[in-house]
Amino acid sequence: MKEKRLARLLVSGPPLLFLIVFFVSPSLIMILTSFRFPGEFGGLAPITPLADQATGEYGLTADAYQFFFSDFIYTEIFLKSFAVAFGTTLICLILAYPLAILIARSRKHLRNLMVLLVILPFASNFLIRIYAWMIILGPESALSHFINTALGAFGIAPVTLLFSPFAVLVGMVYVHLPFMVLPLYTNLEKHDPSLLDAAQDLGANAWQRFWRVTWPLSLPGVFSGSALVFIPVLGMFAVPDILGGTGDILIGNLIKDQFLGTRDWPFGSALSIMLTLAVLSVAGLTTWFARSATGQRAL
Amino acid sequence: MKRGNPWLWSAAALVYAFLYIPLIIVVLYSFNDSRLNAEWVGFTLFWYKALFNNTEMLLAARNSLFIAVCASFCATLLGTMSGLAIHRYKLKVLPVLVFTPVAMPEILLGVSILLFFLQVLNFTLGMVSIIIAHTTFCIGFVAIIVRARLQGMDESIFEAARDLGASPWQTFRLVTLPLIMPAVVAGALMSFTLSIDDFVITFFTKGVGEPILPIQIYTMIKVAVTPEVNAISTLLMLLTLVMIIIATRLESNGSSEGSAKTHPVKQAAK
Repeated sequence: MKEKRLARLLVSGPPLLFLIVFFVSPSLIMILTSFRFPGEFGGLAPITPLADQATGEYGLTADAYQFFFSDFIYTEIFLKSFAVAFGTTLICLILAYPLAILIARSRKHLRNLMVLLVILPFASNFLIRIYAWMIILGPESALSHFINTALGAFGIAPVTLLFSPFAVLVGMVYVHLPFMVLPLYTNLEKHDPSLLDAAQDLGANAWQRFWRVTWPLSLPGVFSGSALVFIPVLGMFAVPDILGGTGDILIGNLIKDQFLGTRDWPFGSALSIMLTLAVLSVAGLTTWFARSATGQRAL
Repeated sequence: MKRGNPWLWSAAALVYAFLYIPLIIVVLYSFNDSRLNAEWVGFTLFWYKALFNNTEMLLAARNSLFIAVCASFCATLLGTMSGLAIHRYKLKVLPVLVFTPVAMPEILLGVSILLFFLQVLNFTLGMVSIIIAHTTFCIGFVAIIVRARLQGMDESIFEAARDLGASPWQTFRLVTLPLIMPAVVAGALMSFTLSIDDFVITFFTKGVGEPILPIQIYTMIKVAVTPEVNAISTLLMLLTLVMIIIATRLESNGSSEGSAKTHPVKQAAK
Protein backbone atom coordinates (compact mmCIF):
# COMPACT_ATOMS: atom_id res chain seq x y z
CA MET A 1 0.00 0.00 0.00
CA LYS A 2 2.86 2.32 0.81
CA GLU A 3 4.30 1.63 -2.63
CA LYS A 4 0.96 2.46 -4.20
CA ARG A 5 0.75 5.81 -2.46
CA LEU A 6 4.27 6.60 -3.54
CA ALA A 7 3.37 5.80 -7.16
CA ARG A 8 0.33 8.01 -6.91
CA LEU A 9 2.42 10.87 -5.57
CA LEU A 10 5.08 10.42 -8.23
CA VAL A 11 2.54 10.48 -11.07
CA SER A 12 0.22 13.24 -9.93
CA GLY A 13 2.70 15.35 -7.93
CA PRO A 14 4.77 17.03 -10.69
CA PRO A 15 1.85 18.20 -12.87
CA LEU A 16 -0.03 19.32 -9.78
CA LEU A 17 2.94 21.34 -8.57
CA PHE A 18 3.55 22.87 -11.99
CA LEU A 19 -0.08 23.93 -12.38
CA ILE A 20 -0.31 25.32 -8.85
CA VAL A 21 2.76 27.47 -9.47
CA PHE A 22 2.04 28.54 -13.07
CA PHE A 23 -1.75 28.48 -13.27
CA VAL A 24 -3.33 28.85 -9.81
CA SER A 25 -0.96 31.44 -8.38
CA PRO A 26 -1.01 33.64 -11.52
CA SER A 27 -4.82 33.61 -11.31
CA LEU A 28 -4.67 34.65 -7.65
CA ILE A 29 -2.14 37.36 -8.50
CA MET A 30 -4.56 38.64 -11.13
CA ILE A 31 -7.35 38.89 -8.54
CA LEU A 32 -5.04 40.72 -6.15
CA THR A 33 -3.83 43.07 -8.90
CA SER A 34 -7.39 44.13 -9.66
CA PHE A 35 -7.63 45.57 -6.13
CA ARG A 36 -4.41 47.56 -6.25
CA PHE A 37 -3.65 51.16 -7.18
CA PRO A 38 -2.18 51.87 -10.61
CA GLY A 39 1.37 53.25 -10.58
CA GLU A 40 2.15 56.76 -11.65
CA PHE A 41 3.82 55.61 -14.86
CA GLY A 42 1.67 52.57 -15.48
CA GLY A 43 2.01 49.21 -13.77
CA LEU A 44 1.29 49.22 -10.05
CA ALA A 45 1.79 51.43 -7.04
CA PRO A 46 3.73 49.74 -4.23
CA ILE A 47 1.65 47.74 -1.79
CA THR A 48 1.90 48.61 1.93
CA PRO A 49 2.15 45.60 4.23
CA LEU A 50 0.80 47.59 7.19
CA ALA A 51 -1.98 50.14 7.20
CA ASP A 52 -0.76 53.58 6.24
CA GLN A 53 -0.94 55.68 9.42
CA ALA A 54 -2.16 58.80 7.67
CA THR A 55 -4.91 57.25 5.58
CA GLY A 56 -5.55 53.93 7.31
CA GLU A 57 -5.33 52.15 3.95
CA TYR A 58 -3.44 49.04 2.94
CA GLY A 59 -2.91 50.13 -0.60
CA LEU A 60 -5.87 48.08 -1.76
CA THR A 61 -8.92 49.53 -3.46
CA ALA A 62 -11.99 48.65 -5.50
CA ASP A 63 -11.40 51.70 -7.72
CA ALA A 64 -10.91 49.60 -10.83
CA TYR A 65 -14.37 48.09 -10.48
CA GLN A 66 -15.95 51.44 -9.68
CA PHE A 67 -14.24 52.88 -12.74
CA PHE A 68 -15.84 50.18 -14.86
CA PHE A 69 -19.33 51.21 -13.82
CA SER A 70 -18.57 54.95 -13.83
CA ASP A 71 -18.66 55.13 -17.62
CA PHE A 72 -21.39 53.36 -19.55
CA ILE A 73 -19.01 52.76 -22.47
CA TYR A 74 -17.43 49.76 -20.67
CA THR A 75 -20.78 48.12 -19.97
CA GLU A 76 -21.63 48.79 -23.60
CA ILE A 77 -18.46 47.00 -24.78
CA PHE A 78 -19.38 44.01 -22.60
CA LEU A 79 -22.90 43.95 -24.02
CA LYS A 80 -21.53 44.25 -27.55
CA SER A 81 -19.17 41.33 -26.93
CA PHE A 82 -22.10 39.23 -25.74
CA ALA A 83 -24.08 40.22 -28.83
CA VAL A 84 -21.18 39.27 -31.15
CA ALA A 85 -20.71 35.97 -29.29
CA PHE A 86 -24.43 35.24 -29.54
CA GLY A 87 -24.56 36.11 -33.26
CA THR A 88 -21.46 34.02 -34.01
CA THR A 89 -22.91 31.05 -32.12
CA LEU A 90 -26.22 31.29 -33.97
CA ILE A 91 -24.59 31.52 -37.43
CA CYS A 92 -22.24 28.65 -36.58
CA LEU A 93 -25.21 26.55 -35.49
CA ILE A 94 -27.12 27.26 -38.72
CA LEU A 95 -24.07 26.45 -40.88
CA ALA A 96 -22.94 23.43 -38.87
CA TYR A 97 -26.24 21.61 -38.37
CA PRO A 98 -26.92 20.44 -41.96
CA LEU A 99 -23.28 19.46 -42.37
CA ALA A 100 -23.28 17.52 -39.09
CA ILE A 101 -26.48 15.68 -40.10
CA LEU A 102 -24.97 14.78 -43.47
CA ILE A 103 -21.74 13.51 -41.91
CA ALA A 104 -23.60 11.51 -39.27
CA ARG A 105 -25.74 9.80 -41.93
CA SER A 106 -22.92 9.01 -44.35
CA ARG A 107 -21.19 5.68 -44.65
CA LYS A 108 -18.41 5.07 -42.16
CA HIS A 109 -15.26 5.58 -44.27
CA LEU A 110 -16.77 8.68 -45.90
CA ARG A 111 -17.69 9.95 -42.44
CA ASN A 112 -14.08 9.95 -41.20
CA LEU A 113 -12.92 11.77 -44.31
CA MET A 114 -15.63 14.42 -43.94
CA VAL A 115 -14.73 14.99 -40.28
CA LEU A 116 -11.05 15.31 -41.20
CA LEU A 117 -11.97 17.88 -43.86
CA VAL A 118 -13.69 19.96 -41.16
CA ILE A 119 -10.69 19.81 -38.83
CA LEU A 120 -7.99 20.39 -41.45
CA PRO A 121 -8.43 24.15 -42.09
CA PHE A 122 -8.71 24.58 -38.35
CA ALA A 123 -5.14 23.30 -38.05
CA SER A 124 -3.67 26.08 -40.13
CA ASN A 125 -2.37 29.07 -38.22
CA PHE A 126 -5.04 31.13 -36.51
CA LEU A 127 -3.67 34.45 -37.83
CA ILE A 128 -3.53 33.08 -41.36
CA ARG A 129 -7.21 32.18 -41.25
CA ILE A 130 -8.05 35.74 -40.25
CA TYR A 131 -5.62 37.16 -42.80
CA ALA A 132 -7.35 35.19 -45.58
CA TRP A 133 -10.49 37.25 -44.98
CA MET A 134 -8.46 40.46 -45.22
CA ILE A 135 -7.71 39.42 -48.80
CA ILE A 136 -11.28 38.34 -49.61
CA LEU A 137 -13.00 41.37 -48.08
CA GLY A 138 -10.33 43.91 -49.10
CA PRO A 139 -11.35 46.89 -51.25
CA GLU A 140 -9.47 45.50 -54.28
CA SER A 141 -10.90 41.99 -54.03
CA ALA A 142 -13.16 40.33 -56.58
CA LEU A 143 -15.93 40.01 -53.97
CA SER A 144 -15.86 43.72 -53.15
CA HIS A 145 -15.88 44.62 -56.85
CA PHE A 146 -18.77 42.28 -57.51
CA ILE A 147 -20.89 43.52 -54.61
CA ASN A 148 -20.24 47.17 -55.38
CA THR A 149 -20.99 46.74 -59.08
CA ALA A 150 -24.24 45.03 -58.14
CA LEU A 151 -25.10 47.78 -55.66
CA GLY A 152 -24.13 50.42 -58.24
CA ALA A 153 -26.63 48.95 -60.68
CA PHE A 154 -29.36 49.77 -58.17
CA GLY A 155 -27.89 53.20 -57.55
CA ILE A 156 -26.64 52.35 -54.03
CA ALA A 157 -23.36 53.84 -52.84
CA PRO A 158 -20.42 51.36 -52.66
CA VAL A 159 -19.72 49.71 -49.31
CA THR A 160 -16.44 48.74 -47.66
CA LEU A 161 -16.51 45.18 -46.38
CA LEU A 162 -13.20 45.13 -44.52
CA PHE A 163 -12.76 46.90 -41.16
CA SER A 164 -16.46 46.63 -40.34
CA PRO A 165 -18.64 44.72 -37.85
CA PHE A 166 -19.60 42.47 -40.78
CA ALA A 167 -15.97 41.47 -41.30
CA VAL A 168 -15.60 40.79 -37.54
CA LEU A 169 -18.61 38.47 -37.58
CA VAL A 170 -17.38 36.60 -40.69
CA GLY A 171 -13.93 36.15 -39.12
CA MET A 172 -15.39 34.95 -35.80
CA VAL A 173 -17.61 32.39 -37.55
CA TYR A 174 -14.76 31.20 -39.73
CA VAL A 175 -12.36 30.69 -36.83
CA HIS A 176 -14.87 28.89 -34.57
CA LEU A 177 -17.03 26.83 -36.95
CA PRO A 178 -15.30 23.43 -36.31
CA PHE A 179 -16.03 23.79 -32.56
CA MET A 180 -19.73 23.62 -33.46
CA VAL A 181 -19.58 20.88 -36.11
CA LEU A 182 -17.70 18.32 -34.02
CA PRO A 183 -19.93 18.10 -30.90
CA LEU A 184 -23.05 18.22 -33.09
CA TYR A 185 -21.75 15.39 -35.26
CA THR A 186 -20.73 13.31 -32.20
CA ASN A 187 -24.27 13.67 -30.88
CA LEU A 188 -26.13 13.09 -34.17
CA GLU A 189 -24.05 10.01 -34.94
CA LYS A 190 -25.48 8.25 -31.88
CA HIS A 191 -29.12 8.71 -32.92
CA ASP A 192 -30.95 5.51 -33.75
CA PRO A 193 -32.13 5.80 -37.40
CA SER A 194 -35.11 3.56 -36.68
CA LEU A 195 -36.62 6.43 -34.65
CA LEU A 196 -37.00 8.44 -37.85
CA ASP A 197 -38.48 5.43 -39.65
CA ALA A 198 -40.95 4.99 -36.82
CA ALA A 199 -41.90 8.68 -37.01
CA GLN A 200 -42.39 8.36 -40.76
CA ASP A 201 -44.55 5.27 -40.36
CA LEU A 202 -46.66 7.21 -37.89
CA GLY A 203 -47.23 9.85 -40.56
CA ALA A 204 -44.71 12.59 -39.66
CA ASN A 205 -43.46 14.68 -42.58
CA ALA A 206 -39.81 15.67 -43.04
CA TRP A 207 -40.14 18.86 -40.99
CA GLN A 208 -41.99 17.11 -38.15
CA ARG A 209 -39.41 14.34 -38.11
CA PHE A 210 -36.70 16.94 -37.71
CA TRP A 211 -38.43 19.18 -35.22
CA ARG A 212 -40.02 16.48 -33.05
CA VAL A 213 -37.30 13.80 -33.16
CA THR A 214 -33.85 14.89 -34.36
CA TRP A 215 -33.73 18.37 -32.86
CA PRO A 216 -34.75 17.52 -29.26
CA LEU A 217 -32.37 14.56 -29.23
CA SER A 218 -29.53 16.74 -30.50
CA LEU A 219 -29.89 19.38 -27.77
CA PRO A 220 -26.91 18.17 -25.70
CA GLY A 221 -24.73 18.55 -28.82
CA VAL A 222 -26.23 21.96 -29.55
CA PHE A 223 -25.48 23.15 -26.03
CA SER A 224 -21.90 21.90 -25.86
CA GLY A 225 -21.14 23.24 -29.36
CA SER A 226 -22.64 26.60 -28.41
CA ALA A 227 -20.52 26.81 -25.25
CA LEU A 228 -17.39 25.90 -27.22
CA VAL A 229 -18.07 28.76 -29.65
CA PHE A 230 -19.52 31.35 -27.27
CA ILE A 231 -16.76 31.25 -24.64
CA PRO A 232 -13.71 31.81 -26.88
CA VAL A 233 -15.52 34.47 -28.93
CA LEU A 234 -16.21 36.38 -25.72
CA GLY A 235 -12.49 36.80 -25.04
CA MET A 236 -11.24 37.15 -28.62
CA PHE A 237 -9.22 40.22 -29.50
CA ALA A 238 -7.31 39.23 -32.66
CA VAL A 239 -10.32 39.10 -35.00
CA PRO A 240 -11.66 42.59 -34.20
CA ASP A 241 -8.07 43.83 -34.07
CA ILE A 242 -7.33 42.70 -37.63
CA LEU A 243 -10.71 42.71 -39.40
CA GLY A 244 -12.62 45.33 -37.39
CA GLY A 245 -12.65 49.11 -37.68
CA THR A 246 -11.75 51.58 -34.93
CA GLY A 247 -15.21 51.25 -33.38
CA ASP A 248 -15.28 47.46 -33.25
CA ILE A 249 -13.79 47.04 -29.79
CA LEU A 250 -14.72 44.01 -27.71
CA ILE A 251 -13.75 42.94 -24.15
CA GLY A 252 -10.56 41.30 -25.40
CA ASN A 253 -9.35 44.46 -27.11
CA LEU A 254 -10.12 46.48 -23.99
CA ILE A 255 -8.07 44.09 -21.83
CA LYS A 256 -5.19 44.03 -24.33
CA ASP A 257 -5.06 47.86 -24.31
CA GLN A 258 -4.79 47.96 -20.51
CA PHE A 259 -1.67 45.80 -20.58
CA LEU A 260 0.06 46.74 -23.80
CA GLY A 261 -1.29 50.25 -24.37
CA THR A 262 -2.27 52.45 -21.41
CA ARG A 263 -0.63 50.13 -18.88
CA ASP A 264 -3.43 50.34 -16.32
CA TRP A 265 -2.87 46.93 -14.75
CA PRO A 266 -5.52 47.07 -12.00
CA PHE A 267 -8.23 48.01 -14.51
CA GLY A 268 -7.00 45.35 -16.95
CA SER A 269 -7.10 42.75 -14.18
CA ALA A 270 -10.56 43.85 -13.07
CA LEU A 271 -11.76 43.48 -16.68
CA SER A 272 -10.19 40.01 -16.84
CA ILE A 273 -11.96 39.00 -13.61
CA MET A 274 -15.26 40.20 -15.03
CA LEU A 275 -14.60 38.25 -18.23
CA THR A 276 -13.87 35.17 -16.10
CA LEU A 277 -17.17 35.65 -14.26
CA ALA A 278 -18.97 36.03 -17.58
CA VAL A 279 -17.39 32.83 -18.90
CA LEU A 280 -18.23 30.91 -15.72
CA SER A 281 -21.84 32.05 -15.80
CA VAL A 282 -22.17 31.11 -19.48
CA ALA A 283 -20.70 27.66 -18.76
CA GLY A 284 -22.95 27.25 -15.71
CA LEU A 285 -26.07 28.37 -17.58
CA THR A 286 -25.33 26.04 -20.50
CA THR A 287 -24.95 23.07 -18.17
CA TRP A 288 -28.14 24.01 -16.38
CA PHE A 289 -30.14 24.50 -19.58
CA ALA A 290 -28.83 21.27 -21.05
CA ARG A 291 -29.75 19.39 -17.90
CA SER A 292 -33.23 20.80 -17.63
CA ALA A 293 -33.89 20.37 -21.36
CA THR A 294 -32.65 16.84 -21.73
CA GLY A 295 -31.71 15.41 -18.38
CA GLN A 296 -28.21 14.94 -19.73
CA ARG A 297 -24.93 16.76 -19.27
CA ALA A 298 -23.71 18.91 -22.14
CA LEU A 299 -20.25 19.82 -20.93
CA MET B 1 -34.48 13.58 -44.74
CA LYS B 2 -33.05 10.62 -46.53
CA ARG B 3 -29.45 9.86 -47.30
CA GLY B 4 -29.40 11.53 -50.71
CA ASN B 5 -31.16 14.76 -49.71
CA PRO B 6 -29.93 17.34 -52.27
CA TRP B 7 -30.58 20.26 -49.91
CA LEU B 8 -28.35 18.73 -47.29
CA TRP B 9 -25.61 18.06 -49.82
CA SER B 10 -25.67 21.58 -51.21
CA ALA B 11 -25.68 23.11 -47.71
CA ALA B 12 -22.66 20.96 -46.80
CA ALA B 13 -20.88 21.82 -50.04
CA LEU B 14 -21.33 25.51 -49.27
CA VAL B 15 -19.86 25.09 -45.79
CA TYR B 16 -16.85 23.21 -47.18
CA ALA B 17 -16.38 25.96 -49.78
CA PHE B 18 -16.56 28.53 -46.97
CA LEU B 19 -13.90 26.60 -45.05
CA TYR B 20 -11.48 26.05 -47.94
CA ILE B 21 -11.74 28.96 -50.40
CA PRO B 22 -9.98 31.46 -48.08
CA LEU B 23 -7.03 29.11 -47.55
CA ILE B 24 -6.78 28.30 -51.25
CA ILE B 25 -6.67 32.03 -52.00
CA VAL B 26 -3.83 32.53 -49.51
CA VAL B 27 -1.81 29.73 -51.13
CA LEU B 28 -2.52 30.90 -54.69
CA TYR B 29 -1.50 34.48 -54.03
CA SER B 30 1.79 33.34 -52.51
CA PHE B 31 2.79 32.50 -56.12
CA ASN B 32 1.36 35.71 -57.57
CA ASP B 33 3.70 38.14 -59.32
CA SER B 34 2.14 41.25 -57.78
CA ARG B 35 2.48 43.20 -54.54
CA LEU B 36 -1.29 43.43 -54.20
CA ASN B 37 -3.46 40.50 -53.17
CA ALA B 38 -5.98 41.64 -55.75
CA GLU B 39 -5.77 39.91 -59.09
CA TRP B 40 -3.73 37.16 -60.66
CA VAL B 41 -0.79 38.54 -62.66
CA GLY B 42 1.59 35.65 -63.17
CA PHE B 43 3.48 32.86 -61.46
CA THR B 44 6.56 33.66 -59.37
CA LEU B 45 8.62 32.24 -56.53
CA PHE B 46 9.80 35.75 -55.64
CA TRP B 47 7.95 35.89 -52.30
CA TYR B 48 9.51 32.64 -51.14
CA LYS B 49 12.96 33.95 -52.07
CA ALA B 50 12.21 37.19 -50.22
CA LEU B 51 11.17 35.14 -47.21
CA PHE B 52 14.39 33.15 -47.15
CA ASN B 53 16.40 36.37 -47.34
CA ASN B 54 14.46 37.90 -44.45
CA THR B 55 16.89 37.27 -41.58
CA GLU B 56 14.53 38.50 -38.89
CA MET B 57 11.82 36.11 -40.09
CA LEU B 58 14.25 33.21 -40.13
CA LEU B 59 15.38 34.05 -36.61
CA ALA B 60 11.72 34.23 -35.54
CA ALA B 61 11.07 30.83 -37.10
CA ARG B 62 14.08 29.37 -35.28
CA ASN B 63 12.93 30.85 -31.96
CA SER B 64 9.41 29.54 -32.44
CA LEU B 65 10.72 26.08 -33.26
CA PHE B 66 12.87 26.12 -30.12
CA ILE B 67 9.90 27.22 -27.99
CA ALA B 68 7.65 24.59 -29.56
CA VAL B 69 10.18 21.80 -28.95
CA CYS B 70 10.72 22.78 -25.29
CA ALA B 71 7.03 23.42 -24.55
CA SER B 72 5.86 20.22 -26.21
CA PHE B 73 8.53 18.22 -24.33
CA CYS B 74 7.44 19.60 -20.94
CA ALA B 75 3.74 19.38 -21.80
CA THR B 76 4.06 15.79 -23.00
CA LEU B 77 5.86 14.73 -19.85
CA LEU B 78 3.47 16.47 -17.45
CA GLY B 79 0.40 15.79 -19.60
CA THR B 80 1.08 12.06 -19.80
CA MET B 81 1.50 11.97 -16.01
CA SER B 82 -1.78 13.87 -15.59
CA GLY B 83 -3.61 11.58 -18.00
CA LEU B 84 -2.38 8.51 -16.14
CA ALA B 85 -3.11 10.00 -12.72
CA ILE B 86 -6.61 11.18 -13.65
CA HIS B 87 -7.46 7.82 -15.19
CA ARG B 88 -6.10 5.68 -12.38
CA TYR B 89 -6.84 7.60 -9.19
CA LYS B 90 -9.95 9.40 -8.02
CA LEU B 91 -8.52 12.90 -7.97
CA LYS B 92 -10.52 16.06 -7.37
CA VAL B 93 -8.11 18.96 -7.84
CA LEU B 94 -5.84 17.81 -10.65
CA PRO B 95 -8.54 17.34 -13.33
CA VAL B 96 -9.86 20.86 -12.70
CA LEU B 97 -6.36 22.36 -12.95
CA VAL B 98 -5.49 20.34 -16.05
CA PHE B 99 -8.64 20.96 -18.07
CA THR B 100 -9.53 24.55 -17.14
CA PRO B 101 -6.69 26.18 -19.17
CA VAL B 102 -7.97 24.31 -22.24
CA ALA B 103 -11.52 25.57 -21.83
CA MET B 104 -11.02 29.20 -20.85
CA PRO B 105 -10.37 32.11 -23.21
CA GLU B 106 -6.66 32.26 -23.95
CA ILE B 107 -6.42 35.95 -23.12
CA LEU B 108 -7.04 35.21 -19.42
CA LEU B 109 -4.14 32.78 -19.25
CA GLY B 110 -1.94 35.27 -21.10
CA VAL B 111 -2.78 38.14 -18.75
CA SER B 112 -2.35 36.15 -15.54
CA ILE B 113 1.01 34.71 -16.56
CA LEU B 114 2.18 38.16 -17.65
CA LEU B 115 1.31 39.61 -14.23
CA PHE B 116 2.83 36.64 -12.41
CA PHE B 117 6.17 36.92 -14.18
CA LEU B 118 6.43 40.67 -13.80
CA GLN B 119 5.35 40.87 -10.17
CA VAL B 120 6.27 37.67 -8.38
CA LEU B 121 9.29 36.37 -10.19
CA ASN B 122 10.47 39.85 -11.07
CA PHE B 123 11.52 38.26 -14.26
CA THR B 124 11.96 39.79 -17.67
CA LEU B 125 9.58 38.25 -20.16
CA GLY B 126 11.04 36.23 -22.97
CA MET B 127 11.54 32.70 -24.17
CA VAL B 128 11.20 31.16 -20.69
CA SER B 129 7.87 32.82 -19.92
CA ILE B 130 6.52 31.80 -23.35
CA ILE B 131 7.62 28.18 -22.87
CA ILE B 132 5.98 28.00 -19.44
CA ALA B 133 2.77 29.61 -20.69
CA HIS B 134 2.55 27.23 -23.65
CA THR B 135 3.26 24.23 -21.40
CA THR B 136 0.41 25.26 -19.09
CA PHE B 137 -2.28 25.05 -21.76
CA CYS B 138 -0.77 22.12 -23.72
CA ILE B 139 -0.76 19.81 -20.64
CA GLY B 140 -4.55 19.58 -20.86
CA PHE B 141 -4.53 18.54 -24.52
CA VAL B 142 -1.94 15.79 -23.95
CA ALA B 143 -3.85 14.59 -20.87
CA ILE B 144 -7.11 14.38 -22.85
CA ILE B 145 -5.49 12.25 -25.58
CA VAL B 146 -3.64 9.94 -23.18
CA ARG B 147 -6.67 9.49 -20.95
CA ALA B 148 -8.89 8.67 -23.94
CA ARG B 149 -6.44 5.94 -24.93
CA LEU B 150 -6.36 4.50 -21.40
CA GLN B 151 -10.16 4.49 -21.23
CA GLY B 152 -10.31 2.35 -24.34
CA MET B 153 -7.98 -0.30 -22.90
CA ASP B 154 -8.64 -3.52 -21.10
CA GLU B 155 -7.70 -3.12 -17.42
CA SER B 156 -7.00 -6.85 -17.10
CA ILE B 157 -3.70 -6.40 -18.98
CA PHE B 158 -2.27 -4.44 -16.06
CA GLU B 159 -3.66 -6.91 -13.54
CA ALA B 160 -2.11 -9.77 -15.52
CA ALA B 161 1.27 -8.06 -15.44
CA ARG B 162 1.09 -7.62 -11.70
CA ASP B 163 -0.13 -11.20 -11.16
CA LEU B 164 2.89 -12.37 -13.11
CA GLY B 165 5.08 -10.60 -10.61
CA ALA B 166 5.91 -7.30 -12.30
CA SER B 167 6.67 -4.40 -9.99
CA PRO B 168 4.67 -1.16 -10.53
CA TRP B 169 7.66 0.33 -12.34
CA GLN B 170 8.02 -2.74 -14.57
CA THR B 171 4.30 -2.70 -15.31
CA PHE B 172 4.58 0.92 -16.32
CA ARG B 173 7.73 0.60 -18.40
CA LEU B 174 6.92 -2.70 -20.12
CA VAL B 175 3.12 -2.64 -20.37
CA THR B 176 1.53 0.76 -19.89
CA LEU B 177 4.08 2.91 -21.69
CA PRO B 178 4.28 0.86 -24.90
CA LEU B 179 0.49 0.73 -25.01
CA ILE B 180 -0.05 4.46 -24.55
CA MET B 181 2.93 5.42 -26.73
CA PRO B 182 0.84 6.32 -29.84
CA ALA B 183 -1.24 8.69 -27.69
CA VAL B 184 1.90 10.19 -26.13
CA VAL B 185 3.42 10.88 -29.55
CA ALA B 186 0.12 12.24 -30.88
CA GLY B 187 -0.06 14.50 -27.81
CA ALA B 188 3.50 15.69 -28.39
CA LEU B 189 2.77 16.53 -32.03
CA MET B 190 -0.43 18.28 -31.03
CA SER B 191 1.38 20.40 -28.41
CA PHE B 192 4.06 21.22 -30.96
CA THR B 193 1.49 22.53 -33.47
CA LEU B 194 -0.46 24.37 -30.77
CA SER B 195 2.69 26.03 -29.52
CA ILE B 196 4.07 27.06 -32.90
CA ASP B 197 0.68 28.45 -33.94
CA ASP B 198 -0.25 30.18 -30.71
CA PHE B 199 -0.68 33.90 -31.03
CA VAL B 200 -2.73 35.20 -28.10
CA ILE B 201 -0.71 33.80 -25.20
CA THR B 202 2.59 34.46 -26.94
CA PHE B 203 1.49 38.05 -27.54
CA PHE B 204 1.06 38.65 -23.80
CA THR B 205 4.08 36.74 -22.53
CA LYS B 206 6.68 37.65 -25.15
CA GLY B 207 8.18 40.80 -23.63
CA VAL B 208 10.32 42.91 -25.93
CA GLY B 209 13.18 40.59 -26.75
CA GLU B 210 13.59 38.08 -29.54
CA PRO B 211 11.30 37.95 -32.60
CA ILE B 212 8.72 35.13 -32.49
CA LEU B 213 6.98 33.80 -35.60
CA PRO B 214 3.29 34.49 -34.86
CA ILE B 215 4.17 37.97 -33.63
CA GLN B 216 6.16 38.67 -36.81
CA ILE B 217 3.20 37.53 -38.90
CA TYR B 218 0.88 39.72 -36.85
CA THR B 219 3.12 42.75 -37.34
CA MET B 220 3.31 42.10 -41.08
CA ILE B 221 -0.48 41.83 -41.32
CA LYS B 222 -1.03 44.98 -39.28
CA VAL B 223 1.71 47.15 -40.74
CA ALA B 224 2.57 46.20 -44.30
CA VAL B 225 0.86 43.32 -46.02
CA THR B 226 2.95 41.76 -48.78
CA PRO B 227 2.54 38.31 -50.35
CA GLU B 228 5.50 37.31 -48.17
CA VAL B 229 2.82 36.70 -45.52
CA ASN B 230 1.14 34.32 -47.97
CA ALA B 231 4.43 32.50 -48.53
CA ILE B 232 5.11 31.97 -44.81
CA SER B 233 1.45 30.98 -44.34
CA THR B 234 1.71 28.35 -47.05
CA LEU B 235 4.86 26.89 -45.53
CA LEU B 236 3.26 26.80 -42.07
CA MET B 237 0.16 25.10 -43.46
CA LEU B 238 2.36 22.48 -45.05
CA LEU B 239 4.18 21.88 -41.74
CA THR B 240 0.92 21.50 -39.78
CA LEU B 241 -0.52 19.24 -42.46
CA VAL B 242 2.44 16.88 -42.21
CA MET B 243 2.17 16.90 -38.40
CA ILE B 244 -1.52 16.06 -38.51
CA ILE B 245 -1.04 13.25 -41.00
CA ILE B 246 1.63 11.69 -38.78
CA ALA B 247 -0.52 12.14 -35.66
CA THR B 248 -3.66 10.58 -37.18
CA ARG B 249 -1.60 7.72 -38.65
CA LEU B 250 -0.14 7.00 -35.22
CA GLU B 251 -3.47 7.14 -33.47
CA SER B 252 -5.25 4.86 -35.93
CA ASN B 253 -2.34 2.42 -36.07
CA GLY B 254 -2.23 2.36 -32.29
CA SER B 255 -5.92 1.69 -31.84
CA SER B 256 -5.96 -1.13 -34.40
CA GLU B 257 -3.17 -2.95 -32.59
CA GLY B 258 -4.56 -1.86 -29.25
CA SER B 259 -5.21 -4.47 -26.61
CA ALA B 260 -4.19 -7.31 -28.90
CA LYS B 261 -0.61 -6.62 -27.85
CA THR B 262 0.13 -9.30 -25.34
CA HIS B 263 3.88 -9.64 -25.62
CA PRO B 264 4.74 -6.76 -23.23
CA VAL B 265 2.98 -8.73 -20.50
CA LYS B 266 5.16 -11.74 -21.15
CA GLN B 267 8.21 -9.54 -21.06
CA ALA B 268 7.13 -8.06 -17.75
CA ALA B 269 6.88 -11.52 -16.25
CA LYS B 270 10.52 -12.29 -16.86
